[in-house]
Amino acid sequence: MDKVVNNRAWFMVLPVLVLVAFNAVIPLMTVVNYSVQESFAGNVFFFEGSKWFEQVLHSERFHAALGRQFLFTGIILAIEIPLGVAIALAMPRRGPWVSVCLVLMALPLLIPWNVVGAIWNIFALPSYGLLGRTINALGISFNFTRDVFDAWFTLILMDVWHWTSLVVLLAYAGLMAIPDAYYQAAKIDGASRWAVFRYIQLPKMRRVLTIAVLLRLMDSFMIYTEPFVLTGGGPGNATTLLSIDLVKMAQGQFDLGPAAAMSLIYFLMVLAMSWVFYTVMTREEART
Amino acid sequence: MNLSWMAWTPTTAAFFISIALMLVGMTVWQIVAPSEERIGVLRIPTTPGDRLFLTLLGAAYIHLAWLGLVGPSLWWALAISVLYGLAVFRWV
Repeated sequence: MDKVVNNRAWFMVLPVLVLVAFNAVIPLMTVVNYSVQESFAGNVFFFEGSKWFEQVLHSERFHAALGRQFLFTGIILAIEIPLGVAIALAMPRRGPWVSVCLVLMALPLLIPWNVVGAIWNIFALPSYGLLGRTINALGISFNFTRDVFDAWFTLILMDVWHWTSLVVLLAYAGLMAIPDAYYQAAKIDGASRWAVFRYIQLPKMRRVLTIAVLLRLMDSFMIYTEPFVLTGGGPGNATTLLSIDLVKMAQGQFDLGPAAAMSLIYFLMVLAMSWVFYTVMTREEART
Repeated sequence: MNLSWMAWTPTTAAFFISIALMLVGMTVWQIVAPSEERIGVLRIPTTPGDRLFLTLLGAAYIHLAWLGLVGPSLWWALAISVLYGLAVFRWV
């Protein structure tokens, strides 16, 4: 059957367009507008041109926050992806334990982000948190509210705990989609466990792993709530990631202009990542 | 309706009007001469809309790079962005 093309159908989307304009486009335009002005109390504005962008791009504070952001994203990807694949490989393929494992894996994903932050904050407290006390009892000095390394350690442990499950579930779905015939052929050929992983499982998981990497990349770049509740960006500025720095600037100091310029730079980075994600997804869809 | 509290400036207005004009222009162009997706140097199918998006996103990065590495006079950045946009529309 030929597809009917009726451009008048676009009018049906008009209400959505109006809604999106009000809750996304106009606020974004306002941010662009603020990013070129200096604001004073009493709604007084002065045009400043590209000054704030220049200031943000040259500011050591922004460079440091961006550096911490990349470090954080790099570390969690380097841990979560291999760990997620390893757990998915170790999970049972059939039998009653499948559901148990799946539920256990899904649990961290169901917990609200601020609760995750609160749980880990209490868990890691050196005075009465289970983790903090245990590490200190082992003779290792641990205090995530004072020590930079400990703060990062807790932050990364928290993110790994919260999000590795997502990689596990995606990788597991990829593994389950491999027909038995592949494994039988490998067995006949006498392939080693490594060869099965390298030439059957890994290529078959490529699609879901790409999605996992991109999802975690984007999500970790926008992370706010968990580190905010856990460390509040401290000690000092040690765990002040991009989003936390932005909120400090916009709400703590009420520097609307620089905060707007920084939001736009941040927005452009996330937009570029989203475009890559969207392109990869649509390409993969077109292939299947 | 008084919108002065939003403190719009002629510069931001010009910025948004040019983007709006580009979108309208692209729509008209698509209606007058409908074009299909094609595969360019990025090896992905792109429509003219995708190319406009890539042009605008790239132009933003070019301007930021110019501000960060060279200086506050952005006319050269604009010129490079136009060239970049033409390249995107020709080859991507």
